[in-house]
Amino acid sequence: MAEDLVLENVTKTFGGMTAVDDLSVTVPQGSFFALLGASGCGKTTTLRMVAGLEELTTGTIRLGDKDITGLRPYRRPVNTVFQSYALFPHLNIEDNIAFGLRQRGVKDTKKKVAEMLELVQLPAFGKRKPAQLSGGQQQRIALARALVNEPQVLLLDEPLGALDLKLRRQMQIELKRIQTEVGITFLHVTHDQDEAMWMADTVAVMNNGRIEQLGAPTDIYEFPASPFVSNFLGQSNLFAAEVSGRSGDDLELTAHGERFAAPSARAHSAEGRVWLGVRPEKVRLALPDEDAPANHNQVRGVLTDTCYAGVSTEYLLKTPWGQEMSVFSANAAAGEPLQPGTEVVAHWYPAHSFVLDRAAGQGDDVTQYSADPLGVAP
Amino acid sequence: MTALVGAAASTGPPTGAEPPAGQRPRRRWSPYLLLLPGGLWLLLFFVVPSVQLAGTSLYDRAGSLEQGYSQTFAFGNYVDAIAAYWPHLVRSAVYAGIATIICLVLGYPLAYAIAQKAGRWRTLLLVCVIAPFFTTFLVRTLAWKSILSDNGPVTGFFRSLPFFPDDFRLLATPAAVVCGLVYNFLPFMVLPLYASLERLDGRLLEAAGDLYAKPTTTFRRVTLPLSMPGVIAGTLLTFIPAAGDYINAELLGTPNEYMIGNVIDSAFLVRLDYPQAAALSFLLMATILVMVFSYVRAAGTDEVV
Repeated sequence: MAEDLVLENVTKTFGGMTAVDDLSVTVPQGSFFALLGASGCGKTTTLRMVAGLEELTTGTIRLGDKDITGLRPYRRPVNTVFQSYALFPHLNIEDNIAFGLRQRGVKDTKKKVAEMLELVQLPAFGKRKPAQLSGGQQQRIALARALVNEPQVLLLDEPLGALDLKLRRQMQIELKRIQTEVGITFLHVTHDQDEAMWMADTVAVMNNGRIEQLGAPTDIYEFPASPFVSNFLGQSNLFAAEVSGRSGDDLELTAHGERFAAPSARAHSAEGRVWLGVRPEKVRLALPDEDAPANHNQVRGVLTDTCYAGVSTEYLLKTPWGQEMSVFSANAAAGEPLQPGTEVVAHWYPAHSFVLDRAAGQGDDVTQYSADPLGVAP
Repeated sequence: MTALVGAAASTGPPTGAEPPAGQRPRRRWSPYLLLLPGGLWLLLFFVVPSVQLAGTSLYDRAGSLEQGYSQTFAFGNYVDAIAAYWPHLVRSAVYAGIATIICLVLGYPLAYAIAQKAGRWRTLLLVCVIAPFFTTFLVRTLAWKSILSDNGPVTGFFRSLPFFPDDFRLLATPAAVVCGLVYNFLPFMVLPLYASLERLDGRLLEAAGDLYAKPTTTFRRVTLPLSMPGVIAGTLLTFIPAAGDYINAELLGTPNEYMIGNVIDSAFLVRLDYPQAAALSFLLMATILVMVFSYVRAAGTDEVV
């Protein structure tokens, strides 16, 4: 019997503001599930409702067959790793970890606490006070304090938000290892798309209290379902286009007078106004006198800027209709990088395109490339 | 080390490099300079009088103000004082102790409510706690005298109840004195409690609930231990002045309720027995110090962050 965590039509309003809007989602048992979104999208509120720290306005939350909607937090078989860690400053590390066990009347806490300290690789820290630990160490203790209770679901509220980049990477690997080891369902809230993609089996991208897209990280990245997702998870070049016809398995598109092709399997909308999208790293650059493959989608343009970033170079080019387009090029080729002012042809394999629905009037005036055209990046 | 850091903070950001030669002495001395006014004050108005009082307590009691006293190191003064007035010392400790406990019981929920639940009413409620201080101690205690008087509404209410005799009285009883002490020293309990409860991180309470602690357990295991500094400060600030108080016993009690403060007051000002008054003052100080030290040790301040 799978003890999946099920949220059904969950809504939460604060005053007149809707934080979570009719959300329904199933978190399979044993999965590493990430709720990804910008601040204010309702992801933390959702987590707090599962923990019992916020009351639902409407809807139900179930764990397997059991309705936990109205249960007080201390009666729920879930534990939380708080963003601020919330370790008890007056208790030493052992007592912090044993806190939950003692509340449930477990007599011999010593062995379990020692096991947990081993799991988070801080075996010698039991007698210290939280204030004597670094941020990363406190984070591990917060994790141990929650995990020792063997909850059915572990809730992680931006647990790595306060750590510096290097430590965060290390803890991401650690968290993933621990999740595999203990096999508990992890519900992870984060605004960091790399973190979500790196760790989670399933990512739910939230926006305005709703889930915009849910799926495996690769599926979401390769085939985003909305302009918001395409630019929240990584970035995308989006061209306002119209569907002009079909040829075989491909859609024929017209954008700004140019013709493009995209597989109809990669289209969320197959008629009328659409967005034609392509990820910057799928695009390659050719000089006008070189021959770009004829079956590739092509955009002519003039380079306006190049940004060297070590592993890759980002080129910005201006299309004939004035829109800026971004191209990532791995720094593997020999020769000088292209200079601003160079005329180039950007081209990509049609199967790398994706097609999204476009509302009337939307995007007709998009001429400016922006890494964050919708203003959603964290 | 601490002193150096403090000095650096007070004179500007530390540069890490050698400071200019002319500045070094000033930096090193500035913590002491900051301590100087307070230290002088204590020396002039606490240490010197204390030494003088200690001297007075050992004068020969045969002397008088007119004839002058001779210093005979009469330690017998202390024995006489204890023999004559030990009930007053005990009574002071008991009344002050009971008043402190009642203050804690009344003050803790009040401070908790103001700190954690009052929201935008917080400032107003704090002003209400302090408001009695705008009237003088004496007037406030006189007001209690009329509240508890035999013709007053409170006594009238109790007399109307069954099991209370018709000549039931509140004024001139130990209860009245303790009532007065509680009322007068309650703010000294509430303010330190408020200060420590106000700093209490609500997320810790959430974390305790998340870790299966019922609200009562959360209070016992998290809220109370974290507010112990406030509890200790509040009980000390209440107990110490209450133990030395004499106004409440004077106005709300009878000689049967007199505390050690009343005895000292009359020894100094009525009987003019300076050596005994001084000896009693030191006995009171010693009693309070012993009680406070054993209390602080028992409460275990090192458990508190």
